[in-house]
Amino acid sequence: MTGLTLEQSPTTGDEVITNYTINFGPQHPAAHGVLRMVTELDGEIIERVDPHIGLLHRGTEKLIEHKTFLQALPYFDRLDYCSPLGMEHSYVLAVEKLLNLEVPLRAQYLRVLFAELTRICNHMLNIGSHVMDVGAMTPNLWLFEIREDCLNFFERASGARMHSAWFRPGGVARDVPQALLDDLAIWLDHRLPELFEDAMSLVLDNRIFKQRNVDIAVVSKEDALAWGFSGPMIRGSGIAWDIRKAQPYDVYDRVEFDVPVGTSGDCYDRMMVRVEEVRQSAKIMKQCLRDMPQGPVTSEDRKVSPPKRAEMKSSMESLIHHFKLYTEGFHVPAGEVYVATESPKGEFGVYLVSDGGNKPYRCKIRPTAFSHLQAMDFMSKGHMLPDITAILGAMDIVFGECDR
Amino acid sequence: MTVLHSAPRYVAAEGLVEALAASLGDKAVSIVEAHGEVIVTLVREQAEAGLRILRDAHEYQQLMEIAGVDYPDRAERFEVVYCLLSVTRNHRLIVKVSTDEATPVPTVTTLWPVAGWLEREVFDMYGVVFAGNLDLRRILTDYGFEGHPFRKDFPLTGYQELRYSNELQRVVYEPVKLAQDLRQFDFMSPWEGADYVLPGDEKAEGGAK
Repeated sequence: MTGLTLEQSPTTGDEVITNYTINFGPQHPAAHGVLRMVTELDGEIIERVDPHIGLLHRGTEKLIEHKTFLQALPYFDRLDYCSPLGMEHSYVLAVEKLLNLEVPLRAQYLRVLFAELTRICNHMLNIGSHVMDVGAMTPNLWLFEIREDCLNFFERASGARMHSAWFRPGGVARDVPQALLDDLAIWLDHRLPELFEDAMSLVLDNRIFKQRNVDIAVVSKEDALAWGFSGPMIRGSGIAWDIRKAQPYDVYDRVEFDVPVGTSGDCYDRMMVRVEEVRQSAKIMKQCLRDMPQGPVTSEDRKVSPPKRAEMKSSMESLIHHFKLYTEGFHVPAGEVYVATESPKGEFGVYLVSDGGNKPYRCKIRPTAFSHLQAMDFMSKGHMLPDITAILGAMDIVFGECDR
Repeated sequence: MTVLHSAPRYVAAEGLVEALAASLGDKAVSIVEAHGEVIVTLVREQAEAGLRILRDAHEYQQLMEIAGVDYPDRAERFEVVYCLLSVTRNHRLIVKVSTDEATPVPTVTTLWPVAGWLEREVFDMYGVVFAGNLDLRRILTDYGFEGHPFRKDFPLTGYQELRYSNELQRVVYEPVKLAQDLRQFDFMSPWEGADYVLPGDEKAEGGAK
């Protein structure tokens, strides 16, 4: 240790302690993906956080510009891979808004039904991993059982467990079997509440869980607005803003549900908002199953949605429509729209510009995590290093969507 | 036009366009309503002042998104698009300014702190400079990346690719080498075929001797 002399403070004679900088990530189990955070610490107190994102940037928006409107759809599954149908929902609504296309009622109910199932699926992952980030193992495993059920339902509807690519401009890709709807009803009545309430009974009043979350990263209403918060983050801060209620799309104006809000705007409130949203989602799904009419599930407009296979065998016109739709694709009138829906993580928006051709001229995706992660610096300032995981967990960030 | 679609439903307040025109005055180039969206185009130099009026006098509290769009044919090729949301009046607004590669757009980080990263993204992807943004670093692209990838004249494949080199024991950057050309189908006229030479067809041109 020769030659090492620590700097002496001129006033007290003690050694001066300088802040030091650590890297959180890019590979960290609590970062929920590839996030590098350059963190400046004074002892264990966080002075500054500089998130470096973009490690999962794939240029989705550029790729979409080179695909037809229909081919662009599966890219949306791969944005927030924890809630794929929530991402598709914004895109198909944006295309429909430019086309001014009517969607059959059954398709609207199916989209709402599965968007809410997606919300449950997403919240299972987020609540579970948030709880695990602050130290509890068991609830995560129990919640994954519900998630597994959800993925099975997605598979029965679309054929794929995660990347469903099931919504279409004009409706959904194909109808669901009645047995699936029956099973969903039974699952909502029995299995979901039993498993979920069981797991939550371990967490919600748990002393350790509260110590780690209550009064951590308090965000005021003014800050939540200025930092572009949305979804459970803005509701956790006490603003009752839910796009499903305020600007209803599909059949959200026909179903009844409550919008939970937090009171103190801390991590615990954000978590509790999600817990209550799961119950409300189940309520919406039950109403959808009750009210869903029979009928077609895609638009009858043959310039947008393809004809049935059987029709193609006998009708020349259907054959031509099918061929044109799957080579050239449909044309969308020139114009621009910004359509945002309430995805499980918050406001997921699509700013779509069409030049009248068969490909989007520009498709800007508004991710939820981008704005939320930016607030990481002011939210974690003055907190302890281990609080970072709690704050990140309560933000619900997925990098597929943040980095696009 | 009757609304048939089921996208999020909200309506502009009665006389919103006139009220916006009155309070923005000569800061606005145009205010139009199309596809159910109210689109305000601002004078570039007045962007910050105009958005401040929209935030304070018209209650558009939230800046949800800043999007860049590239129109290479225009004199000012870039458009910067601000998507505003009013949670009290339940309305959305699209605000646009246009600029070129060299001319900076005034920053709105003074109005909304969230604009910091949003402007960084537009700068990264399009090279639009925001005057007054104190932290205008790249955000989504790689450390040391060159160019602005979302410009229309930037190729989809990019210029650099990287791989892990076993000999050097590190990641190396190389010019893009595609084993197969990127196929650009000519979707618009499937009857005429694609405008490139199909693999194998090059022999037909003067090859038969």
